[in-house]
Amino acid sequence: MAELSKNDEQEATPNVSDVEVVDAHSETEAVAAIEAPVDRGEPILQVRNLKKHFPLTQGILFKRQIGAVKAVDGISFDLHQGETLGIVGESGCGKSTVAKLLMNLERATAGEIFYKGQDITKLSGRALKAVRRNIQMVFQDPYTSLNPRMTVGDIIGEPFDIHPEVAPKGDRRRKVQELLDVVGLNPEYINRYPHQFSGGQRQRIGIARGLALNPEIIICDEPVSALDVSVQAQVINLMERLQDEFNLSYLFIAHDLSIVRHISDRVGVMYLGKMAEIGSDEQIYDHPTHPYTQALLSAVPVPDPEAREHRERIILTGDVPSPANPPSGCSFRTRCWKAQDKCSVETPLLAVPEVFMGVDSPAAHESACHFAEEKNVVHAA
Amino acid sequence: MTIIEDSVPVPAPRKGGADDGPLLEVRDLHVEFHTREGVAKAVNGVNYSVSAGETLAVLGESGSGKSVTAQAIMGILDMPPARIPQGEILFRGQDMLKMSGEERRKIRGQKIAMIFQDALSSLNPVLSVGYQLGEMFRVHQGLSKKEAKAKAIELMDRVKIPAAAARVNDYPHQFSGGMRQRIMIAMALALEPDLIIADEPTTALDVTVQAQVMDLLADLQREYNMGLILITHDLGVVADVADKIAVMYAGRIVERAPVHELYKRPAHPYTRGLLDSIPRLDQKGQELYAIKGLPPNLLRIPTGCAFNPRCPKAQDICRTDVPALLPVSEQDGTELVGRGSACHFWKETIHG
Repeated sequence: MAELSKNDEQEATPNVSDVEVVDAHSETEAVAAIEAPVDRGEPILQVRNLKKHFPLTQGILFKRQIGAVKAVDGISFDLHQGETLGIVGESGCGKSTVAKLLMNLERATAGEIFYKGQDITKLSGRALKAVRRNIQMVFQDPYTSLNPRMTVGDIIGEPFDIHPEVAPKGDRRRKVQELLDVVGLNPEYINRYPHQFSGGQRQRIGIARGLALNPEIIICDEPVSALDVSVQAQVINLMERLQDEFNLSYLFIAHDLSIVRHISDRVGVMYLGKMAEIGSDEQIYDHPTHPYTQALLSAVPVPDPEAREHRERIILTGDVPSPANPPSGCSFRTRCWKAQDKCSVETPLLAVPEVFMGVDSPAAHESACHFAEEKNVVHAA
Repeated sequence: MTIIEDSVPVPAPRKGGADDGPLLEVRDLHVEFHTREGVAKAVNGVNYSVSAGETLAVLGESGSGKSVTAQAIMGILDMPPARIPQGEILFRGQDMLKMSGEERRKIRGQKIAMIFQDALSSLNPVLSVGYQLGEMFRVHQGLSKKEAKAKAIELMDRVKIPAAAARVNDYPHQFSGGMRQRIMIAMALALEPDLIIADEPTTALDVTVQAQVMDLLADLQREYNMGLILITHDLGVVADVADKIAVMYAGRIVERAPVHELYKRPAHPYTRGLLDSIPRLDQKGQELYAIKGLPPNLLRIPTGCAFNPRCPKAQDICRTDVPALLPVSEQDGTELVGRGSACHFWKETIHG
């Protein structure tokens, strides 16, 4: 049963398919819907107009709200089963807040997150617990995301305390050792503590913990940015192998555009709490149409000194504006070289730009810009 | 308070240092740290040189000794636990390791300055940026507070901080990451040094801001004809700005080359592995090549070539003999200028 949510009517997002909402009146039905399998390539997670505003208050006793930091300000995207969706953007653009919202660690201000047709922002109790089992997270910093007082076995086995149905008590040790083996660590390390491992090994422990409950989606928030170059490749390869082996869907959040291109099937570019452009990796990297994406890509240093002479570089001026007080209209207009009067008045919607409408070209993908125009910035002219 | 007479208020381009030899020369430098677990050998015989107007990039992973070498040059190593058992650091032909503390202090800041990685923790949070910038002029040139502040505003203008006069009394937390790094650069530039050491200057910054900061640094370097030592782990940044590269591994330079040569034909398996293991923005590759294993523990550096446990080409000789950094030549024997590789099998690596 297809049904448009209220928000969709107000701010039409034309190119996001309608969500098939599964009507579940009882908790049992919701749990059943959550545990049903999804075919490969079908949407498993659908985000619609998601917003998170953090209030800014003044006063101690009588707090009044004087504004809000619009960390995430109306984003919509789909994550398909078995794919990797990369989210890139500068610091402060809201990508980590999106991760927290999807994990239900933060309550959304508005909008919906459908997991297999169930809106997880409204779930509670058993149904929410079932969702949480299926969406796991790998954190950025392998030094602070593991408890230094717990052994590796306890860290990886802790999810089983909350979801005992996955591994019965007597079976846990064996299960943890299996997980260690899967991520390429010696199963005999089960009684060691995190400080006895290097950064790359710790990140493997974090990944093993994420895998413990056989989730369907893993949200990776900058999983390799704290690692050395030679170790980064090991962890990236491990994550790709695990995706095939366990049929996982990844939401891969990172600021390193080269790594995102390598691992992702589709890529979304965020700027100031909004999605600027989204499409397949080829569409975004080889045929970007949003000026922000173009600037971002052209700023990435390419490890090839020959390319530096031929590449056009777009150097943006200034910094990202404060999300507490974003510019009117298009939020990128303050740093954009194409900005005109229209940009300050009218907020561009995330849609296939009119110029590319009906054109069979990789440039025809969703881009939130009034003056979208294809420009190849990655390859030397 | 010593007043330096030859300080010129307006930047005047210096004459090139090509004729009077390299600006800085590091010769066979060793640094070790005495810890409870044993002696950690962080730097084991490093040689490099920088001339005026030249950019040397020192590339390496964490623990390769790249930052320790820089700290030894600046004279800001904590000694103890650090010790420099042998080596020379020649600045304009004079060995800085033999100088008194007073002599070194005159060089530090005035002749050689350093830009640190994390601008937020390198700036004092309880002093305004204007005060911190002015400190250089007050201490080294004996200027009054008022004069120093005027100089600070001038500097902030030079590193393109908007509304410098209005922001000179602001505190570090009121600036964004990119602006803070500009203040660090301004501070290093204050006394127009001959050489700047930049230790991962853009690692904590976003790509768009990183591009701004690296551009600024390159412009200023050209303007003042400074030597620049850029310490980084990012092969992309190096390709954009460096003239020559020194690749470090476990406290040694394993390969040395002009920037174009290194990317085209690496002569050391470690460099080759690094280049193969980074994903490229302009092409979608298959599985990434990964260097197996971990960087060595500096308390227990493997015998022979330190890279041998991770090297796909390792033979028996690699486990026993330490390879020296030797010149690299073409197949017909013509020497490749400025190139060197510390691998027993460099011929196979570069030509095979």
